[in-house]
Amino acid sequence: MTMTSNNLVEHLVELKDVHYSVGGRAIFKGLTLAVPRGKITAIMGPSGTGKTTLLRLITGQIVASKGQVLVEGQEVSKLNHQQLYAMRQRMGMLFQNGALLTDISVYENVAFPVREHTELPEELIRQLVLTKLQTVGLRGAYKLMPWELSGGMSRRVALARAMVRDPELLIYDEPFAGLDPISMGVVLRLIRKLNEALNITSIVVSHDVEEIAQVADLSYIIADGQMVASGSPKQLKDDKSELVRQFMNGLPDGPVAFHYPAPDYHGELLS
Amino acid sequence: MHKIAQDIGRVIATFGAVALFFVRIVMQVPRALLRPRLVIYQIYNAGALSLVIIMICGLFVGMVLGLQGYDLLARFGSESALGSGAALALLKELGPVITSLLFAGRAGTALASEIGLMRVTDQLVAMEVMAVDPFRRVVAPRFIGGLVALPLLTMIFIAIGIFGVQLIGVQQLGIDQGTFWSQMRGSVKLHDVWEGVIKGCVFGIACSLIAVYEGYTAEPTAEGVGRATTRTVVTSAVLTLFLDYIITAIML
Repeated sequence: MTMTSNNLVEHLVELKDVHYSVGGRAIFKGLTLAVPRGKITAIMGPSGTGKTTLLRLITGQIVASKGQVLVEGQEVSKLNHQQLYAMRQRMGMLFQNGALLTDISVYENVAFPVREHTELPEELIRQLVLTKLQTVGLRGAYKLMPWELSGGMSRRVALARAMVRDPELLIYDEPFAGLDPISMGVVLRLIRKLNEALNITSIVVSHDVEEIAQVADLSYIIADGQMVASGSPKQLKDDKSELVRQFMNGLPDGPVAFHYPAPDYHGELLS
Repeated sequence: MHKIAQDIGRVIATFGAVALFFVRIVMQVPRALLRPRLVIYQIYNAGALSLVIIMICGLFVGMVLGLQGYDLLARFGSESALGSGAALALLKELGPVITSLLFAGRAGTALASEIGLMRVTDQLVAMEVMAVDPFRRVVAPRFIGGLVALPLLTMIFIAIGIFGVQLIGVQQLGIDQGTFWSQMRGSVKLHDVWEGVIKGCVFGIACSLIAVYEGYTAEPTAEGVGRATTRTVVTSAVLTLFLDYIITAIML
């Protein structure tokens, strides 16, 4: 049951008929999708459709109530603690807020996974960390503490940390949320550059349609617990279905209602 | 009636959860000890940083004990017994209990809120995704830190407390220096010292466990961390006094 890169599976991550619910509310109702190896796959969808939950399923933090989540052909829910941790060592994940460890410096944050999992000599760790920080343009900030960084910088440091051990799969959770146009451009270029230079597989969860269209090879749109559309960004743009058009063009009302279910507006105001 | 049954069920479930949590920590202790720097930093964090408050409180408790003890013993004409009485009270009861209460307020809250905030900011999840067990990296070192620090703080509290008693009894109220110390040496047995040490260790386990448990299981919101911090102090205080009774009953 060990993961070997010799035994290549076409799809690095696959979800088959996944069901998952929280507190009686069904998040996924038979979700099926596949992430091709070596490509950038975007997962989009309106807020609250469980995009982050999907990432938690892939990283094995939660288990689907029905269906299969496969990473490299292995079912994540069937892995024991050690196997799960071995699998995670080959993944890197960029959290929405960076999730840097606040009690150690930028340098130590990037060095953290290396120190925890290897016995490399300090000189080698230093080279590794500085190279990765150079890639994200923050080599000069290695001495800073996490609270001294801006949101965009934190996310770049977190990206350096996520890729420091050269993972096979990089997962980005809302990498553009709350970034200014310059930082957004930087992160976009980094996603593309990393994917090409390191030949890794990337999953980008986002609802920034325009930005994601610039980097994704393949996009999925999730709504109402299922995959409702898939294809290249261009294919999705030309898609005729009402829901895809609503989402891609940012229309306030359509199949995805703008309003949370509520009783009659006038009736409630006058009652 | 139904609600009472539900509450009892909840309490039992919490006990079970804490016990499982404790087992998970114990299993990670050997691996945590392989990284002594983390553990030493946590001993410093829980112990050295609590030192000033422990010493100041120890001094005042000792001085009050000197005044009250002298007043009480003078009514029976046995002021000279102040040394042994105060030393026994400090070693067996006041030292461990007050140190534990102060520890819960100073170090316990710091531990709980620190771990709780790590939960809020996704740091614990990030560690898990990086295949680093937060129990080994975060929880176990902090638990060991508290466990080691509390008995040491207890002994320091007792020593300063005895100094405080001496300051009032001998220096101010004029009990003979030689009588004071010799009476103390005569009546305090090794068994009494052990009682203090054992209580310090047990309270150390209890307070550290509650602090890391509350922090780790805190709801990831500002309110949740606040509640976890409050619960740490309240539960630690109640548990300290409860365990104090149990250990005293066993050791007498």
